[in-house]
Amino acid sequence: MKRAPWAAWVLVGPAVTVIALFFALPVLAGLALSFTDFDLYALADLRNLRFAGLDNYVHVLGLPLFWKALGNTLYFVVVGVPLSIALSLATAVLLQSPLARFKPLFRTAMFAPVVTTLVAVAVIWRYLLHVRYGLVNEALGALGLGPFDWLGDPAWAMPSIILFAVWKGFGANMIIFVAALQAIPDDLYEAARLDGATRWQQFAYVTLPMLRPTLLLVSVLTMAGYFQLFAEPYVMTQGGPLQSTVSVLYLMYEEGFRWWNLGTASAVAFLLFVLMIAVTQGLMRLGRRGEEAAAG
Amino acid sequence: MNAAGTRRAVLRGAAGACTVALAACTRRGDRALRFWAMGREGEVVGELLADFAREQPGIAVRVEQLPWTAAHEKLLTAFAGNATPDVAQLGNTWIAELAALGALEPLQPWLEAERTIDAADYFDGIWRTNQVDAAQSTTSRSSGDTPPSGGGPARSGSSGGILYGLPWYVDTRLLFYRRDLFERAGVRTMPDTWAGLVSALDALQRAGTPHPLLLPVNEFEPLLAFALQGDEPLLRDGGRFGNFRGASFRRALGFYMARFASGHAPSISAGEIANLWQEFGRGTFAAYISGPWNIGELDRRLPASLRDSWATAPLPGPNGPGASTAGGSSLVVFKQSRRRADAVRLLAYLSRPDVQLRFHALTGDLPPRRSAWSRAPLAGDLRARAFATQLERAKPSPAVPEWERIAQEMQLVASRAVHDRWSIEQATDVLDARVDGFLAKRRWMLERAARSPA
Repeated sequence: MKRAPWAAWVLVGPAVTVIALFFALPVLAGLALSFTDFDLYALADLRNLRFAGLDNYVHVLGLPLFWKALGNTLYFVVVGVPLSIALSLATAVLLQSPLARFKPLFRTAMFAPVVTTLVAVAVIWRYLLHVRYGLVNEALGALGLGPFDWLGDPAWAMPSIILFAVWKGFGANMIIFVAALQAIPDDLYEAARLDGATRWQQFAYVTLPMLRPTLLLVSVLTMAGYFQLFAEPYVMTQGGPLQSTVSVLYLMYEEGFRWWNLGTASAVAFLLFVLMIAVTQGLMRLGRRGEEAAAG
Repeated sequence: MNAAGTRRAVLRGAAGACTVALAACTRRGDRALRFWAMGREGEVVGELLADFAREQPGIAVRVEQLPWTAAHEKLLTAFAGNATPDVAQLGNTWIAELAALGALEPLQPWLEAERTIDAADYFDGIWRTNQVDAAQSTTSRSSGDTPPSGGGPARSGSSGGILYGLPWYVDTRLLFYRRDLFERAGVRTMPDTWAGLVSALDALQRAGTPHPLLLPVNEFEPLLAFALQGDEPLLRDGGRFGNFRGASFRRALGFYMARFASGHAPSISAGEIANLWQEFGRGTFAAYISGPWNIGELDRRLPASLRDSWATAPLPGPNGPGASTAGGSSLVVFKQSRRRADAVRLLAYLSRPDVQLRFHALTGDLPPRRSAWSRAPLAGDLRARAFATQLERAKPSPAVPEWERIAQEMQLVASRAVHDRWSIEQATDVLDARVDGFLAKRRWMLERAARSPA
């Protein structure tokens, strides 16, 4: 027993070293960078580097574009996350239904977008959403609607991105829900049916409560992912039109790697980090309170 | 192209260059001159180097190809990692930035020895994009050989800063237009003033082209061209502050915004035109402002029946023929190179008029020297001639490292002003405030340099 701590350190040592080197160190360096005005001039000569204190944070918080990007990101999260979860839950329930035919086919088809390359499908979606030649507008035109300038109109660009992101991502959550649904014992439904519960009541009083831990997990994961919106606007709209699809991460990328203001970019990254921690904590607390309520 | 594909292309390019400059990879090993070239130019420059290898058997050259999309990052990373090449092709708007890093070798002293380079033979506006004010250099890392003459006086026609690059090919923006549509609307000669252009566009609207001029709201070049036509500079006090509230820019922005208000231009971004050439062929719009590569594109893509119905014309200005942008690529030598004398010899070879004409035949790029333009085939090419005329009036953008960002912001504010119907004053106030913010660090550095001349 005496040698146990030593042996433990040897065993976890490699992993801890890797984490320290490739995770902790870069994060700390990023934090340090966010207190300086590191930019192109500092890259040329470190004498051009100034300690900026909290200036970067003050500057970013005073930047109208930051608030716009934050608004855009929250729009994406608030609309996109519930939509994505609702869609994946609905498809999972449908796939579990004893009435469903060709289950493996549908399951594969709906999971397919998850494994496709984002850039490639984004290009295809750009074709679909094209204002003059796109299939979407053609279909809506047949119903007498539109035409909508999906990616060119500041009001429609973010909804288009949300639509694309939800389509691209809902399959992953669907698979988690399918697994969780299969774990719900059948006798619960049987008991509910004997009590005369309708299908809707079975869903509301058996399925949903049994899925609570899964729902919490899926919400946290999806939200963390959606806060980091970047690739979709980068490929489809480059932040436009009129900056209506600039997300916080996109702003960070532009500041850091396009204009080389690495100090400002790091400040943006840490502000997003703080925001995500806060929101995730809130969600976890909500989940725990729900559990206590359910238990009590 | 994915990353692996790009890497393969680079390797292929490097391998190709090795077979051209045989000496490079076999006998001399890594002592070959490293030459970074981008895009199409990088693919074909090897063909020009065969003759150079014959002329200068002692100087092996290894071409390393970079995709344009990654070039800027690669250059900065190479600088940070002390791995810059000897020679590189550089978009001329990047020169100020790399000069500020202290990465580039001033060329003037070297060129004194090369008798073949005559500044007066170059289009003036293009030449000036290669000059940066002395105050901007922040470091001086240097190694290897020194210039033959210890820095002679600057030549006439090249005053105004240190020369860091030698123009390789040029790019400017002018009007591509459908001659048949203009003639149908009763416009027989292309106008050379803004007022003339406005009445021509009015006539086109009456003749059945609702939006005759395409000005994509996500491209800054058209507005920049109009802005450069004025007398006042776009930045003031040596690039310390924005000057967008100045009369010149206000006038240009007013002209630009009025094109949208009058419906002359549709307010869309370039991405929304699925196929620019097809729409131009269909007559969806009758004119647009673009660069020399479109001569080749339109030749290839328009049906034979439309071959003769399009033409190019220099940009009209506020009171007569107008200026335009001075773009293109230059060749630079890096300060850290140990073989700067050889590098300059390569620059001089690639700048010869006959080599430039071969380069033009390979790429369609337009040469920066007037003596190349006076020979066939360029002398007889009517569509290219408009570019020669325009290049005589090309004006450089302000040579500050922050320029790329300023130009993007200018376009962003302009498109917002068009969309939200801002007043010109509102737009220029916002723009100046933001630009002054971008230039804050530059102001601090210039002040510090002024305080301690060491």
